[in-house]
Amino acid sequence: MKHRYLPMTEQDKKAMLETIGVSSIDELFSDIPEKVRFKGEYNIKAAKSETALMKELFMLADRNADLKRNVSFLGAGVYDHYMPVIVDHVISRSEFYTAYTPYQPEISQGELQAIFEFQTMICELTGMDVANSSMYDGGTALAEAAMLSAGHTKRKKIVVSSAVHPEYRDVLKTYAKGQYIEVIEAPVKDGVTDIEALTALVNEDVAAVIVQYPNFFGRIEPLKEVEEIIHANKGLFVVNSNPLSLGVLTPPGKFGADIVTGDAQVFGIPTAFGGPHCGYFAVTTKLMRKVPGRLVGQTVDDQGRRGFVLTLQAREQHIRREKATSNICSNQALNALAASVAMTALGKKGVREMAAANLQKAHYAKTAFKEAGFEIVNDGYAFNEFVVKLNKPVKEINQKLLQKGIIGGYDLGRDYSELSNHMLIAVTEQRTKEEIDTFVKELGDLHE
Amino acid sequence: MNNQDQALIFELSTHGRIGYSLPEMDVQELDLSGLLPEGYLREEDAELPEVSELDIMRHYTALSKRNHGLDSGFYPLGSCTMKYNPKINENVARFNGFAHVHPLQDESSVQGALGLLYDLQQHLIEITGMDEVTLQSAAGAHGEWTGLMLIRAYHEANGDLNRTKVIVPDSAHGTNPASATIAGFETVTVKSTDKGLVDLEDLRRVVGEDTAALMLTNPNTLGLFEEHILEIAEIVHDAGGKVYYDGANLNAVLSKARPGDMGFDVVHLNLHKTFTGPHGGGGPGSGPVGVKADLIPYLPKPIISKRGDEFVLDYDRPQSIGRVKPFYGNFGINVRAYTYIRSMGPDGLKAVTEYAVLNANYMMRRLAEYYDLPFDKHCKHEFVLSGKRQKKLGVRTLDIAKRLLDFGYHPPTIYFPLNVEECIMIEPTETESKETLDSFVDIMIQIAKETEENPEVVQEAPHTTVVGRLDETTAARKPILKYQKA
Repeated sequence: MKHRYLPMTEQDKKAMLETIGVSSIDELFSDIPEKVRFKGEYNIKAAKSETALMKELFMLADRNADLKRNVSFLGAGVYDHYMPVIVDHVISRSEFYTAYTPYQPEISQGELQAIFEFQTMICELTGMDVANSSMYDGGTALAEAAMLSAGHTKRKKIVVSSAVHPEYRDVLKTYAKGQYIEVIEAPVKDGVTDIEALTALVNEDVAAVIVQYPNFFGRIEPLKEVEEIIHANKGLFVVNSNPLSLGVLTPPGKFGADIVTGDAQVFGIPTAFGGPHCGYFAVTTKLMRKVPGRLVGQTVDDQGRRGFVLTLQAREQHIRREKATSNICSNQALNALAASVAMTALGKKGVREMAAANLQKAHYAKTAFKEAGFEIVNDGYAFNEFVVKLNKPVKEINQKLLQKGIIGGYDLGRDYSELSNHMLIAVTEQRTKEEIDTFVKELGDLHE
Repeated sequence: MNNQDQALIFELSTHGRIGYSLPEMDVQELDLSGLLPEGYLREEDAELPEVSELDIMRHYTALSKRNHGLDSGFYPLGSCTMKYNPKINENVARFNGFAHVHPLQDESSVQGALGLLYDLQQHLIEITGMDEVTLQSAAGAHGEWTGLMLIRAYHEANGDLNRTKVIVPDSAHGTNPASATIAGFETVTVKSTDKGLVDLEDLRRVVGEDTAALMLTNPNTLGLFEEHILEIAEIVHDAGGKVYYDGANLNAVLSKARPGDMGFDVVHLNLHKTFTGPHGGGGPGSGPVGVKADLIPYLPKPIISKRGDEFVLDYDRPQSIGRVKPFYGNFGINVRAYTYIRSMGPDGLKAVTEYAVLNANYMMRRLAEYYDLPFDKHCKHEFVLSGKRQKKLGVRTLDIAKRLLDFGYHPPTIYFPLNVEECIMIEPTETESKETLDSFVDIMIQIAKETEENPEVVQEAPHTTVVGRLDETTAARKPILKYQKA
């Protein structure tokens, strides 16, 4: 068996067996009981050469309708955004992508510093005191925020707005079941969390209220009112937030949020059929020692030089085992690096400009749909998404749009029975006026 | 910051510089204050750096030079399977049709992606000997939690509500007990024998009507195959519990023994370990979960199925534990793992394990004379040494690890597992050449000699790295977790 990843030669093997004092490799497996020993080879596809495999997989990838060849108006938590070309060049440096978790700080200063910078940027955008080194994604970050809240307040109820991403709520429910926590959904009124209903649901048994900002329908939630309701009952205020939107929106930290979570996919991370993306998790100082996952801290070495280490590890599974605040070990470090590079490239001015462009272009598109006679449902202040009412099933319309090279919006009927035939449309800074105008026209033609 | 310090990106910032090129603003711009409710338009900009594109590239290149990756040098980190990360994987994962596909597109427009995932599932079913696999879990610990939630759902569906305990060996990864807690279980520890294997007597003592599951890594974290695996499984099954396989060490048994044939009911894999992830400096990973038939109904939603020639996402799973992650797992990592498996084929995967085990045994035998070998028998893909002898001379395992840095090596895993004093856990993997193994062993022998002759050089190591030993105590006592302007 010769393979480019396997350097041992017959000669090496012979010498090594001799050193070990056995006559064959098989002898090294003699401790595997005969009864469980697998005989022969797996019944899987035969190996392919580099060229043949590249060709096969290229053709397979080509069967997918990708966002480069098509014009996308699909969002719902995952977006087609500007990806500075430099991002991929940085994360392709194999000193980063082939490294393990930085457990040996002396030879991992690059990764550790990059994470420290990531933590800083997330704090800046969210207006929070402390951010961790990343979570798997926005959904599991939100679920962990709920678990932290329950643990911190010693309460067993979580109230989550129905305008939080449906898949995130599903993940939350699975985690909550694990911890015997009850999840109560607060209704939506006119596209945002129903404040009156929320007031009635929140009492001193509630560990946290969770809202999304901007919410699943793209709308700006009234964080000020929500904060007052939960803090009056001494629970925690959790906000799941698209970090790009915080380029123009007042950050949740300013509204008194205790935990802010979300997904940094918007910063330089490809949609990649849903993952890997990059969850983030930010808190106030008082919750610092309860944060899940890894934290990087600044310190000095024996000669007074600045350096960075993984810190406050007493929270974590490898030290605390069954008493850990979370079981997370691997996170999304490389994607946090990608997000850092994108945030750095955008910088102070660019992140605002890009966020503003989303607002402007989505507003333009919404106005164009109105002018074309479409009904915008629950219209109001929004970031880069809005809801259009159609007279046919969204799935059917999307299949037709795709023939024109357009990936249409999200079918809200999948999650909200009252919103069947309603499309959630995302317009990012990537869309040109021409693309928007074409989309409005094509949708108009299909709507006839 | 003193002049020896590596600048932070914030310290390189100069007002007025930019590093971006946004798409043209070709629609009419309105006053933002009219587009947002009062009080919701951000007043102060986030203090992100202002730097040019070249500044960015130089900064991160400088950082990369302060980082040791697998491509930089040998990385024998036990239980982490730091094998070569094939470059074809990176190219394939970046194909437009894989990297730039939206998870909520119509199924008909993502048949290539679904087809790949389905075929990966089929390959993993064969490799693990299980009946079904889900690719949703994002990492090993996430897979553990998913697997335990499946077991909980199974017991609950059987009306078996008092199975509240999960048994883990004292040599288990820290994620095992942590995952058990998050899944709502209590943890019970089962001891290891002086031979490093699960103590069957102790196991019989701790199992009972409250046992939900036993979590086991096989070979275990000492690199030893649990020879009594069938008996272990029988003891747990007889008590009504399920047996869980932590796949961290699967690299040791590819084509040699399948979890499904050893009596395991649930298994998670670490695609970023055995199947060349890569590790990415700590992630992203992927932690698929395989199950036997009786647990299939509880698998997380959605399941990728094949109907005729079409691949579909099946959400109609009334007994499912629900969603464990938005969308369908870490697809990009799954693409890399699939590419790897297809590059290796059945004979290649068999050779992987054979060489991984050959390499570990070779290193173990060469080092046995210089370091204590707590378990003197054939190991699998990794082995543990104890630094007891060196400790008596005033040199700790931590010092030995730091001394290795001076020679350009990433040290082995240290102080784990917890049941071996001054533990050094070495996993060479199959992708390293004999020359690399020999050079590393020679340095380990040199350090053992230094310990006897010149211990200070080891105790004060590292001497050649960009920073020396860092003050971790102060870092934890007075945490500085973000940049603050001087």
